[in-house]
Formats: sequence, C-alpha cells, structure tokens
Amino acid sequence: MFDQLKKTEVYKSIFRHSYQDTQRNRALQIVDNVFLHLHPVRVPRHAANLGYTWGMGGITFLLFLILTITGVILMFYYRPTAQYAYEDMKYLMNDVPFGPLMRNMHRWAAHAMVLTVMLHMFRVFLTGSYKPPRQFNWVVGVILLVLTLLLSFSGYLLPWDQLSIWAVTVGTNMARATPLLGHEGPLGAELGMRIDNDVRFVLLGGTEVGPPTLLRFYVGHCIFLPLIAVIFMAVHFWRVRKDGGISGPEAGKKA
Amino acid sequence: MGQFLEILSKPDNIPIVMLLVSVIFFTWFYWSKAKKNDARDIPIEATQDDKVQVWPYLVRIEFLMTIAIMAVMVVWSIALDAPLEEPANRALTPNPSKAPWYFLGLQEMLVYFDPWIAGVVLPTLIIVGLMAIPYVDINEKGNGYYTFKERKFAVLTFCFGFLILWVSLIVLGTFLRGPGWNFFFPWETWDPHYVAVLTNVDFSEYFGIPTRHPDNSLNPVAFVFGAVCVGGFYSLGGLYWVRKRKTEFLQRLGPVRYGVVAFLFLSMGGLLIKIVLRLAPLMFGLNPVKYVWVTPWFNV
Repeated sequence: MFDQLKKTEVYKSIFRHSYQDTQRNRALQIVDNVFLHLHPVRVPRHAANLGYTWGMGGITFLLFLILTITGVILMFYYRPTAQYAYEDMKYLMNDVPFGPLMRNMHRWAAHAMVLTVMLHMFRVFLTGSYKPPRQFNWVVGVILLVLTLLLSFSGYLLPWDQLSIWAVTVGTNMARATPLLGHEGPLGAELGMRIDNDVRFVLLGGTEVGPPTLLRFYVGHCIFLPLIAVIFMAVHFWRVRKDGGISGPEAGKKA
Repeated sequence: MGQFLEILSKPDNIPIVMLLVSVIFFTWFYWSKAKKNDARDIPIEATQDDKVQVWPYLVRIEFLMTIAIMAVMVVWSIALDAPLEEPANRALTPNPSKAPWYFLGLQEMLVYFDPWIAGVVLPTLIIVGLMAIPYVDINEKGNGYYTFKERKFAVLTFCFGFLILWVSLIVLGTFLRGPGWNFFFPWETWDPHYVAVLTNVDFSEYFGIPTRHPDNSLNPVAFVFGAVCVGGFYSLGGLYWVRKRKTEFLQRLGPVRYGVVAFLFLSMGGLLIKIVLRLAPLMFGLNPVKYVWVTPWFNV
C-alpha cells in the first residue's frame, strides 16, 4: 500500500526524490530541500565525523529550536506582570496539561545550550578553525555566545520567584560599577551619574529589580534577543559555507 | 558531606556537573587526538579529505543525534522539575544570593576585585579578547586538525582561561561558596552564622607603607608604590618586546598585535596573581591582600 501511496501525484509533488542510491539522486535530495540545502552536496570525510566536530554546533542549533517551540507554548500561559507572573508559573506547573514538561524542557534546554555553546567554542579553538579564512565567523560566534548568555539571563527573571529576582539583582548590581556610566563606578559620580539615571537604571527600568524590569526582560527575552540571535545565526551558517565549509587541513598538508 | 551531595544534586546544578564532566572528557579527547596527530607526518584529518555524500553520510548523523538529544531532553524534563521557589520578595534576601551558574566565575572574581573590574571590565575584556584571537594568532599551522605541538602557546593560554579561570571558578562559586560568600569545604556544613575574621591589608602595607594617613587621607607614597607595581607588571610586556623584537616571529607579529596579546595575557596572569595574593597569605596565617593600588578614583 505504501508503494501505491508513493506513486500518487500528491506524494510525488511533496517528496520529489526517492531513496535511489545514485550520486545524482543523493545530490538532489540535498539541493532540492529548503532545510537540507544549507549543506553542501558533498563534504570531506572528516567533516562527517563526530570525533572531529563533536556535533556541538548542530546540537546548539537543535536546542535553540526546542527553546523556540517550548518558549512559544509557555508564552500562552504567562503574563509578564508582577501581579500575575508567579501565579501563572504555579498554574503552569500544577494545572496546565504538559505544562511542567514544557517548562522543564525550556529550562534544561537553556542550561544545555549554554553548555554546548561553550563546548562548540572549545572545539573550534582546538582545531584552529578560526584561522584564515574563518576569522570573522569566529567573531560572529563570540557574539552568539554573548547573546546566548543574555537570553538565558533574561529568562532567569521571568518565573518571578526568590531565585530569579535575587540572581538578577546580583547580576545587574554589577552595572552600578560601570566606569563612567554607573553611579558607583570610577568617574561615574563625577559625570553626574545617579542611581536614577545611570546605565543600571536603563537596564532595570527603575532603581531596583521591579515590575518594569520584568516587562523589559520579558520583551528582550521573547522578541528582541531571539530576533538578533536569528540574524547572527543566519550569518554564522552562511559564512560556514562561504568560508569553505567545515574546517580541515589545507591542500598543502597532503602527503 | 551530606549537604555537599545535596547541593551537588540540586536540579539547577546538574548543568555544572555536566560542564565539569564534559570539559574533562573533551580535554582528554582532544589530547589523545592531538598526540596521535603530532606523532604522524600528516594529520589524520588530511588523510580523510576524500568527499562523501552529505545524503546520507552527514544527514543520518544529524538525524540520529536529533533523536538522541530529544530523548535526553524528554527524560530529563520528566525526571527533574525546574526549581520554583517562594514568590519574589524584595524584603527577604537569601544568603547566599547567587547569579545564574554561568556567571559565578565572575561573581567569584568579586572576592578579588572591585565590582567595576570583576563585573564590567573583565567581561568586556573576555568578549573583546575572544574576538581578537583570530587577528592576533598569526600562526598558520594547526588550521583544521587537532595538534598541540604546532601551537603550544595558543592552546595552553586558551585552556588556562577556559578550564582554570572560567570552569573551575564556576565550580568553586557554586559548590564551595556558602552564606556570606564564605568558603566551605565539601565536608563542612554551610553555617549562616559563620563569620570569617579577616583583616585585609593593602599590598604596600606588606612593605611597611600604610595606604592612608591617620586622618584617612591617601598616602602619596602608597599611591606611587601601587602605580609602580601595576605599571611595572604591565611594562613586563614592553620589556619582553624590547629584548626580543629582533626575533623573526615578533617582527612578523608587529607591535600592535604584540601589544594586544601582551596586554590580554598579562591581564589574565594578573587575575591569577591577585587570587594568589588574596588566598596564599591565609595559609601562612598572614593577612590577605585587598588592593595593590589605591587611588582616589578606583582601586585595583
């Protein structure tokens, strides 16, 4: 019956190519698929070897997708106001079907993503893959690392419990001490910085972590930062291809 | 000990245990691959440059990894609940208050430096320093394969920064820092009433130069002494340049790139020196060092 299905016009219009084992067909599988055509048709053998790549970049991207999907579902149940945020968390954890699963997965995937980003960077460094012609893509990667940390940090506040509010308080207290721009930083007071006009005030929308901070972090977490991250990811992936694919020894290294 | 295991197994701390385990594993993995390559004429990767079709040889790995990761995430999310504590309450400060785990290395630096260094300058230097790596590393060897022999300085410097400073300080900050950010050994119980009696002194006071006069005004001698210490430390980079600038490598590197490398490298070393100045005296019953250089505007 499955064979019958494969012969229908509908099936053929969706899946253009069969699993036929020819070079041509295998190449078409890649280039005719919007998701797969990110890949080249052929790669050096070591580039398809987990021992070389550790797979950390790909896992990071997968975790980003998991986070996007679980994050959107969480947004259905969450209101970013001091009045409702914590109640919504309780509701999500106790009454929403699959609510705990979605929230747990969002949090653990976020932690895991920070971890895999670090390991990806470690691998790229150890294989010297930032060397010419890939210098700029390493810089894009560093920006993505920072965005990952900021995404994770801004999400940390949203449960609006003791853990989140104090972790963010500790984190953002650093901004007080920014040289020139913080009211407790070197030369800050000399430049007219006060607790209600310095860089931390801008970040928090107040002099302490409060309801305006929650809204700011929510908008940053759900809209601004993911948008920026997606743009840099597009550049990152594009440059991997344009800079010659997965790094490998240059031709001169050959025996 | 019981409490240590409890902290170790807190769901939110699982990533740190994973970080520690995976970093140790991958460092060993790198080392074994690099050693094999270094013992050969050409790296193993260079013998594997024949092309394979992405469909199926790469796509199948991605597919299987996706399934495996999804399975891990589902099991992990069913098994462990994300923490949800009491509602946010500004009037009730938990002790210790900790930043998210990936920032605990920076929070740990607060012990050794003022917030403007630990919280602002240092993260900026880390980001800028990482971005600078491809432009200051002019060694064209070791591009695209595992090796240690051909780029010892680069690998050792990065591993020092990543493994020693970043990862181990995160572990220290999470598992060994208790109430009041006091240090507790794994077998000790976190005692919220523990008060560490520390008399911090400034570096100059080790040499009999008080930082402040009895009327609390700054002692200019101590100011100059601190400036000489900090300035002298950074001028080591200049000294090395003056002595070795004729070498072929430094000629090729040029003064700008050399300056960036020297500054970042010395700053990283400076962190370690400040940590040692702070902790080592405790072992000999001496007073820990608070500042090396006190100025009216900032302290280092």
